[in-house]
Amino acid sequence: MRHDETLAAEMQRRGVSRRAFLKYASYVASLMALPPSAAEALAEGLAAARRQSVIWLSFQECTGCTESITRSHSPTLENLMFDFISLDYHHTLMAVSGQAAEQARLEAMAANKGKYIVVVDGSVPTKDGGVYSTIAGISNLKMLEETLRDAFAVVAVGSCACFGGIPAAKPNPTGAVAISELAGGKPLINISGCPPIPEAMTGVLSYVLSFGKLPELDHLGRPKAFFGETIHDRCYRRPYYERGLFADGFDDHGARQGYCLYKLGCKGPVTYNACATLKWNGGVSFPIQSGHGCLGCSEPDFWDQGGFYRPLPTPLGAMGPALAGAAVAGAALGVGAALAARSHQKTYLAASEKEKD
Amino acid sequence: MDLLAFARGPALTFATAIFVAGTLWRLVGVLALPPWRDLSPAREGAPPNWLGAIETVFRKMIPHKTFLKAGMFTTVNGYVFHIGLALCVFAFAPHILFLKSLFGFSWPGLPNGFIFGVGALTAASLVAALAYRLTSPVLKLISRADDYVSWLLTFLPVVTGLAAASHIGARYEMLLALHVLSICAFLIWFPFGKLMHAFLFVFSRGATGARFRHRGAQL
Repeated sequence: MRHDETLAAEMQRRGVSRRAFLKYASYVASLMALPPSAAEALAEGLAAARRQSVIWLSFQECTGCTESITRSHSPTLENLMFDFISLDYHHTLMAVSGQAAEQARLEAMAANKGKYIVVVDGSVPTKDGGVYSTIAGISNLKMLEETLRDAFAVVAVGSCACFGGIPAAKPNPTGAVAISELAGGKPLINISGCPPIPEAMTGVLSYVLSFGKLPELDHLGRPKAFFGETIHDRCYRRPYYERGLFADGFDDHGARQGYCLYKLGCKGPVTYNACATLKWNGGVSFPIQSGHGCLGCSEPDFWDQGGFYRPLPTPLGAMGPALAGAAVAGAALGVGAALAARSHQKTYLAASEKEKD
Repeated sequence: MDLLAFARGPALTFATAIFVAGTLWRLVGVLALPPWRDLSPAREGAPPNWLGAIETVFRKMIPHKTFLKAGMFTTVNGYVFHIGLALCVFAFAPHILFLKSLFGFSWPGLPNGFIFGVGALTAASLVAALAYRLTSPVLKLISRADDYVSWLLTFLPVVTGLAAASHIGARYEMLLALHVLSICAFLIWFPFGKLMHAFLFVFSRGATGARFRHRGAQL
């Protein structure tokens, strides 16, 4: 596909019918909770859109985000969307390597100055000059700074890029930070998750391509369409929570009955994501449906929230030593107060006796 | 660290430590005082002091018949919000999980819908208690800042809990954080204000009962 070719032309060339294209536009519009009229606008926008240059930077990450987006239930129009995008740099997916790969990135930046989108998965180590992660001898810190300079927008994909994720977990030995801390005021969309839902990534990209602007975002920079509700709110096990029916173990009666996993540490009530509605593997299932509580992976610092199996109402950290110390101190104060009262009483009685004499 | 992590972490640990230290300070301080010794002989038919104390603790749960009618509202309303608070604290599954993390054992909870209803009734009852305090000339006269602070710090966990359960007013994690922080405020204030009656009422009633029954008074 040529850079100046529109998506409509590309679809026609690939034999995608207009009906299928409109269905896709309606699907994306409904995914993003847009009004019905937006489906038409989305279709028109997409049809007229030109090939978009995308530079995908992978920093401190596990490649799970790339795995997620490439293993969406193919073949679908989402795949075609990826064909439509000019993925000019992605060191896991691109055929070339070494100097040729870096050259491709620099050429894409020069050819699409001010127009290209930077997608980042992984956090950026900042400690000791960012020496803990380099690509082609260039630190992630420097590569991000260089690539963002002339970018149109940046999309942080995955919790590592959005919030630091696992690399930034305590004690954060590499000084890993989120992309938002280094974006330098560029328009930013966070699509969090470990990994994020493929449809969230393709849906957001479709929106940006068709409307040329960012979708409505929440206070953490995430598209509200996918991160507007908690897992708990849309969980099919929610009625059990309301009825007070919980699994107490992973293989007890409650677990076999499909009761709520709240007591087993499910973080669904404080986790905003679309897992419970879009699900995974082509809408087959999601973690709670397969019997495990939500880890809260799309929320900041999910790795440091006291443990995946620690129920939400329990305190973070060990209170025992603090409470034992408080108990000893309180009892000592009480004994001290009682002794002082006894002493005062004796003095008072002695004075009264003396007065009588 | 976000607000919820702060509430569940350092704030809750600090507040619980203050609660434990303060409560033990006051309880040990009272219980380690010199024992009361009445050298006068007990009135004929008077029960032993310990029995007089226990009898009074239970008997005073219902006002004397002379005052029953006049104190009907405060008695019934008092029972409503005390039982309501007890149910909300000890029969709501998330609270049971919190208590289990402290004491290591748990018990079955009640359905959330029921607890929500009890919480709403408790909140209404607390508002009624405040309204009565503000409109009764005698009660208003003897009320001090301690009474109003204690009322507020009891009321806040109830309303923030209801708001969190119904997702009203803000995002759930914010409401949950505010709920936990309101409980922290309650725990910190507890030993130093009138909320301490939750522990002290047994000893104060018992001491009164022992003294009066020893002298032959019918309570």
